[in-house]
Amino acid sequence: MLIVGSGRVGSAVATSALRAGHEVSVLDEDPLSHERLDIEVGGNWEDAGGQFTIGTALEVDALLEAGIEQADVFIASTDGDNTNLVVAQIAQRRFGVDRVVARVLDPRRAAWYAEQGLHTICPTQIAIDQLEQAAIAATPS
Amino acid sequence: MYIIIAGAGKVGWNLSRELIDKGHEVTLVESDRRRYLTVERELEHSVQYGDATELWVLERAGIQRAELVIAVTGDDEDNMLICQVAREKYLCGRIIARVNNPRNLEWFRLLGIQPVVSATDLILRLIEHEVPQYGLVHLLDLPGEHLEIIELEVGEGSSAAGRSVAEIELPDGSLIISVIKDGAGLVPKGETMIDAGDEVLVVLDPGLEDGITARFVADSAATGA
Repeated sequence: MLIVGSGRVGSAVATSALRAGHEVSVLDEDPLSHERLDIEVGGNWEDAGGQFTIGTALEVDALLEAGIEQADVFIASTDGDNTNLVVAQIAQRRFGVDRVVARVLDPRRAAWYAEQGLHTICPTQIAIDQLEQAAIAATPS
Repeated sequence: MYIIIAGAGKVGWNLSRELIDKGHEVTLVESDRRRYLTVERELEHSVQYGDATELWVLERAGIQRAELVIAVTGDDEDNMLICQVAREKYLCGRIIARVNNPRNLEWFRLLGIQPVVSATDLILRLIEHEVPQYGLVHLLDLPGEHLEIIELEVGEGSSAAGRSVAEIELPDGSLIISVIKDGAGLVPKGETMIDAGDEVLVVLDPGLEDGITARFVADSAATGA
């Protein structure tokens, strides 16, 4: 599993995948995000069996070093929608990764790219749905 | 023609002005508030404030009736996605994208975004033309048609020097279309002799340059000695 972007979401997914016994590689441009992974696993990320590469998502050398050619699952979870949408399409079209998932905060683009065959997860839409439900449940009818 | 331009940097601003002068209808979209206000003083209603990667911003700019979308922001991901949705979602017939980092050219191609314009690449081409390395100059690139035309100088001691055109084994997908001797060009036949110091024009499939260069460059130059 290759995870590009190791913020709160990426690092948590990386850690749970590692604990579930998967081979996990993380790519992030910020060396500090390695510390977040260390804290998540409660030790050293590499000692726990993880792989970490410093580089930007669109650099082909960084993607190769992070093992994109061996990846069965690719997760784009940087803090930028545009980067996620581009790098997810690169994983899908250029490297033929089986399962590609992109985090996209913008609901309309998440929906449109999903129609085009890209698996998108939209945290904003999830929040909207849950807030609506909570608001309706809280309102006496 | 109705044209939407994303990114009011130097390129976007000047391009808008030129196109308006030529009588086109232009909407320039800029996401930085301060930059927008600066540009708005001159272009007035022709510039809109907003992030052109957002669908509602493109729709507000009238993308449904745009005949040409030009993405010239300083961010390659933005330029790729603006052009991608313009073409695939809004069925805009013509797009032009700017490439900031030439390494991203591959990704523009992957997403089917063309034509693309890269200032770095243009300047590199000019340098190549002024200071040809190994005597190779790109004269014409037609990426859509998968064709290039290059010009080469025949090196002293190269495998091509002193042979006829028919005897020079070029990779499949390439052809010598002209030979220039002492400044005069001619369309060669199989028996035309190629001598050191001549220049040849070769039409080829992109990517065959190395195999072709090897025939025309003297061994010592090819190894960089």
